[in-house]
Amino acid sequence: MSPVHYVSLAVILFVIGGVGVLVRRNAIVVFMCVELMLNACNLAFVAFASVHGNLDGQVIAFFVMVVAAAEVVVGLAILMAIYRARRSASVDDANLLKY
Amino acid sequence: MTTLTTIAATGALRASWLLLAFPIFGAVVLLIGGRRTDKWGHLLGVAMPVASFVYAVVAFFALLGDRDRSQDLHLFSYIPVGGFQVSMGILLDPLSASFMLLITGVGSLIIIYSVGYMAHDSDRRRFFGYLNLFIAAMLLLVLADNYLVLYVGWEGVGLASYLLIGFWQYKNSAAVAAKKAFVVNRVGDAGLTLAIFLMFAEFGTVSFTGVFGSVRSGGSGVATALGLLLLLGACGKSAQVPLQSWLLDAMEGPTPVSALIHAATMVTAGVYLLVRSNPILALTPDARLAIAIVGAVTLLWGAIIGCAKDDIKKSLAGSTMSQIGYMTLGAGLGPAGYVFAIAHLLAHGFFKAGLFLGSGSVIHAMDDEQDMRRYGGLARFLPVTFVTFILAYLAIIGIPPFSGFFTKDGIIEAAWDRGGTAGPIFAACAILGAGITAFYMTRMVLMTFFGRPRWAGGSGGMQSPQERGDLGGSPPEAGTAPHPHESPAVMLWPMIVLAVGSVGAGAFLIIGRRFEKFLAPVTGVPPTAHGIFTVPGIIALVLALAGAGLAWVMYGRVPVPETAPHGNPLVVAGRKDLYGDAFNESVLMRPGQWLARLSVYFDNRGVDGLVNTLAALVGGTSGRMRRWQTGFVRSYALSMFFGAAVLVALLLAVRL
Repeated sequence: MSPVHYVSLAVILFVIGGVGVLVRRNAIVVFMCVELMLNACNLAFVAFASVHGNLDGQVIAFFVMVVAAAEVVVGLAILMAIYRARRSASVDDANLLKY
Repeated sequence: MTTLTTIAATGALRASWLLLAFPIFGAVVLLIGGRRTDKWGHLLGVAMPVASFVYAVVAFFALLGDRDRSQDLHLFSYIPVGGFQVSMGILLDPLSASFMLLITGVGSLIIIYSVGYMAHDSDRRRFFGYLNLFIAAMLLLVLADNYLVLYVGWEGVGLASYLLIGFWQYKNSAAVAAKKAFVVNRVGDAGLTLAIFLMFAEFGTVSFTGVFGSVRSGGSGVATALGLLLLLGACGKSAQVPLQSWLLDAMEGPTPVSALIHAATMVTAGVYLLVRSNPILALTPDARLAIAIVGAVTLLWGAIIGCAKDDIKKSLAGSTMSQIGYMTLGAGLGPAGYVFAIAHLLAHGFFKAGLFLGSGSVIHAMDDEQDMRRYGGLARFLPVTFVTFILAYLAIIGIPPFSGFFTKDGIIEAAWDRGGTAGPIFAACAILGAGITAFYMTRMVLMTFFGRPRWAGGSGGMQSPQERGDLGGSPPEAGTAPHPHESPAVMLWPMIVLAVGSVGAGAFLIIGRRFEKFLAPVTGVPPTAHGIFTVPGIIALVLALAGAGLAWVMYGRVPVPETAPHGNPLVVAGRKDLYGDAFNESVLMRPGQWLARLSVYFDNRGVDGLVNTLAALVGGTSGRMRRWQTGFVRSYALSMFFGAAVLVALLLAVRL
């Protein structure tokens, strides 16, 4: 099978996620965009695993999911704490850690 | 040339460590015991040197009875390091025995005198502690059987000298004088240190026997270097030109200190060092010439200063410098001069100590006044002091049959016999020095003991000592006139004994060549025998009488003005120590200060500047770079994105 379509979809998803991370202020949306990028990678992994006929890409995809789950748990907890303290979920408002 | 051979100590000499143990014990008890020993401290302080003296006499006769007359007592191993062995050993031979008797004998007399002189000082106990320390260190210096232990004693006497010059340290002048003596002595000590280094490097040993045994194999270059370095050491300790400047200031110490350390014993350590090192000097005519030149220059230098000073102690200090110049000259003349150098040293120990103690008695009587222009007519008031002073005076100016005549003329004749162009010049210097000596000593005697009293109230009411009450050494209250009184017996007896020594010592040592034969195992026999009355001796005697006559014309026949007249340029220079201090300040001190300031400037601007510039550079750069930390997460994300993009681009570029 040709991986072109899968890879194209993965690239489109990755670009959408990347642009979202860079331009959106809402932290929740930024998170969602990060997930989108991770899943774009997963898609590419799985596609190439299928092309090559071995399981390495699929194993990595599982790893990425586990890491993404852990990251979301920690990230959302931090987000909750920031929101309680500052009454805002905007990433621009959390700017105390600077020069 | 003689070589030093020793045998192990036998008999009574096996206990010669006692010589050192007594004064060390005294010093330790008095200095560590502190105020608890105040009451009886001076008694212990006198007893210990006297005990040393008694043992010294026993040891001396034991040594006389011994055929070899050179005994070495090994006490313990001082520095055992592989092939380098330094033993703590005591060497008793005719030379060290002479010094042993001088130090303990004259030292005991002066310490007894101090009991009276320091009676009213609240720190008398400390004074005696220091004196015991000095006696111990000086004995260690002369009894050591190697150069390193000698050096320990050498530094010990330097320390004691420092402590005693600055004994009245609440006086700024005394504190400064002590520091000056110490610093100038360091210069000389550096010479001795280097000499010891050189011995170790060349011969691998520092013991007298070892060095003297192998010095011949080292070549004349090494011997000359050693001779010159030892001369530098001797110059520092013995106040010879060019390291003479500390001795005059050292008179800030109490008078017994001036008598013991800065006249009779410590300042002669340089002469001892040179004479002890005679097997080295025997190989190097150049160093001997340098030593003789230093001696000849110093004997005139000191004599000229002695003429110009009005302070009785400073005048005597100039005289000491001059007399040690004679000894150094003698030491520079080789075997012909050694014996007379040491004989003059011993005789000088008697008469100069006598003169200093006499001046101390006068100062004591005049309520701490030291200016001879404020004396006058004291012969009536201080009869015993006067007589002892006169005897010592006759000894120093070399009137036969007093001591100085025999010993000083020996040096003059040895210089005369040296031959070459230098010999007559040295002899002329020495003869001229004899004339100047007679001049300044006569001046001192006339200004102090004769003429019209120049102290306030001196011509008026005379009071007996009983009426006067005892003010002792305490400074006079403003407006009270001094009432001269004879010193107590404890001060007079040492002066009387020293006066006897001044009269007899020279004749005893020189007539019949007694001392020459005694010292021969160490210094060798003079090549030519000396008569008692020789041509240069008679010229010196005539010149001495002329000097004394000139002094009488200037200070005896006409009254002495109470304020010093302006004087001729030489007198003005002499009052300023012949510009010795000015020379040191302009040639050594000021360039040293400039160098120090330059170093500080370089350190601040150069070294610190480099480091500080670097620090400022790093600090400034990070100050600017830290602005990048804006706190905006999205800008961080952007930079990460670009970073990743660059990374990917690079990877692709490398792959392709």
